[in-house]
Amino acid sequence: MSQADEILNVLSLRASFPTYQGKVKAVNNINFSINKGEIVALVGESGSGKSVTALSIMGLNAPTIKYEKNSLISYKGQDLLTMKKKKLKKIRGNEISMIFQDPLSSLNPLQPIGRQIAEPIQLHQGKSFFSAKERVVQLLRMVGIPAPEKRLQDYPHQLSGGMRQRVMIAMALACNPTLLIADEPTTALDVTIQAQILNVLRELQKDTGISILLITHDLGVVAEMADRVLVMYSGEIVEEGDVFTIFKSPRHPYTQGLLNSVPKLKGAGEDRLKAIPGVVPNPLNLPEGCNFYSRCSYSSEKCSAAAPPITDSAQNQRFACWHPLEKKVNQFV
Amino acid sequence: MFFRFLLRRIFYVIPMLLITTLIVFSLILLIPGDPALALLGDNATAEKLAALRAQLGLDQPIIMQYWHWLTNAIQGDLGRSLFTGEYVSDAVFTRLGVTFQVVAMAMIFSFAFGLLFAITSVIKPNSWMDYIARFFGVLGTAIPNFWLAMILVVLFSVHLGWLPATGFTSISDHPVDFMKSVLLPSFCLGSFGAAQITRQLRSSLIEVLESDYIRTAYSKGLLLWQVIWKHGLRNALLPVVTTAGLLFGNMLGATVVIESVFAIPGMGQLAVHSILQRDFPMLQGVVLIMVLMILIINFITDVIYGVLDPRIEFE
Repeated sequence: MSQADEILNVLSLRASFPTYQGKVKAVNNINFSINKGEIVALVGESGSGKSVTALSIMGLNAPTIKYEKNSLISYKGQDLLTMKKKKLKKIRGNEISMIFQDPLSSLNPLQPIGRQIAEPIQLHQGKSFFSAKERVVQLLRMVGIPAPEKRLQDYPHQLSGGMRQRVMIAMALACNPTLLIADEPTTALDVTIQAQILNVLRELQKDTGISILLITHDLGVVAEMADRVLVMYSGEIVEEGDVFTIFKSPRHPYTQGLLNSVPKLKGAGEDRLKAIPGVVPNPLNLPEGCNFYSRCSYSSEKCSAAAPPITDSAQNQRFACWHPLEKKVNQFV
Repeated sequence: MFFRFLLRRIFYVIPMLLITTLIVFSLILLIPGDPALALLGDNATAEKLAALRAQLGLDQPIIMQYWHWLTNAIQGDLGRSLFTGEYVSDAVFTRLGVTFQVVAMAMIFSFAFGLLFAITSVIKPNSWMDYIARFFGVLGTAIPNFWLAMILVVLFSVHLGWLPATGFTSISDHPVDFMKSVLLPSFCLGSFGAAQITRQLRSSLIEVLESDYIRTAYSKGLLLWQVIWKHGLRNALLPVVTTAGLLFGNMLGATVVIESVFAIPGMGQLAVHSILQRDFPMLQGVVLIMVLMILIINFITDVIYGVLDPRIEFE
């Protein structure tokens, strides 16, 4: 990928929360970039720092959060972390927008959805509600809401969960953003609805060429949607690569562990699900070496002594491990 | 739907009125003293007293007296004052207008200060503005209004001479004089309300600003004041509506004191005079109208709730 295609670049992002027990390192030196028209999945367990990363891009973390000095989130060459509020306000909802996990609590219960979708258009394009209406109807049709003209006056509680998430997507796309951050967009929905929403997102991506940062803990969603995968573990990106490589030939034991803990239909009932033993390390007291050391079956003394460096391998795959798994060849079917 | 809701609410009002009026009727008879004695003076003869009692219907059993009053009241006749002879309904409605103007001003005052303090307080939590707002929140709740009234009269009327100490001018007669005459009383009536609304709105705004849809609002590119104005305030006002309804009843009760201090010819003052003179028909009329006012305010509160929150349906 050439530099010109890169729209977002996160460089050595470190973020921590001060607590009474000490500093909680939520995100610890992560680097990644998102290219134009790409769907990047950020995968990890709860508490791995996925959401903090996403909210850092939006500038929506709790005000108590502290970013380390050399942290940089560069959007089209401008640092979002140090940007003035007035300037950031013009990017939020206009060029970068976000959808959230729970569409019911993320929509204002006292405002008709038409008003809520029109709001970013009114704000960023200086239009009146009346002149934004046409675009709102178009957006609702785009996300697959039937008879959108009749829905403008509906309140969130009158819609189903899937419809609400469609409304959220319509709202996020209102100003034709270049980057959409989707923070677990399907987690709160039924499985059948999940598939529909993912379809909507994928179709919209094809039609508009938008880049998507998809945050999820669901590897099924990743396989279905993503071009590239970032695997996060206790505040660090432990492995990165394109989706086929990661699924076929993971190099980091944690990625392997995540893949193993997905139930498979083939041979159901024969094997027990392989869970990763142990728990995520306490973010107040991270180990010296590799964070995954205590849970890893490949660990050696080296792992507890020093954190592994990031190794680049072919096929745009990167990983941080002293004992990477064997690279599988000829696995593509 | 709304029409059925309205009908049912009106239907609920009837037993409420019956019970409250019966209670008040019985309580009045517990007041020591005799209207006939009060009317004729200490030197009246026993025959004259008995004759007057019979004329006023006071010699009948309570339940008969109540029945008599009730059947007349339903026809719109609340009786006549035992002393001045004027119609109770006329007297009550004239004074209701006065009290309504004072209480309305106090309500406006409460909301204006409540909104101002709560919002400035929430914009920067734990700043000096927040501390000032919280200080007034406690002060307004703690200071007794009659004491505040007397201090303000001493300061603004006696020492500075800016505002009249007593009396009332109706807004329809002279708007400027109305403002002058109503400023101090409504301030005293409203200080408690302003404090309550500040406290309630501050805490509910803080809670609302933590919610997910506020984060969504920020993600659209709105700034703090736009978020508060467009998404925070209406949601945060829901619990305040209940408080405001209760405050209204509270203020009606407090007019008894405030109108006496400022010599305002309103319902509160009429209630006090009627009790002192044992003017039972008048007192009964005052109480009836006050109860009716509070029931109407409760109804309006429910309607406002339904208007503010689309999730509530009138059933």
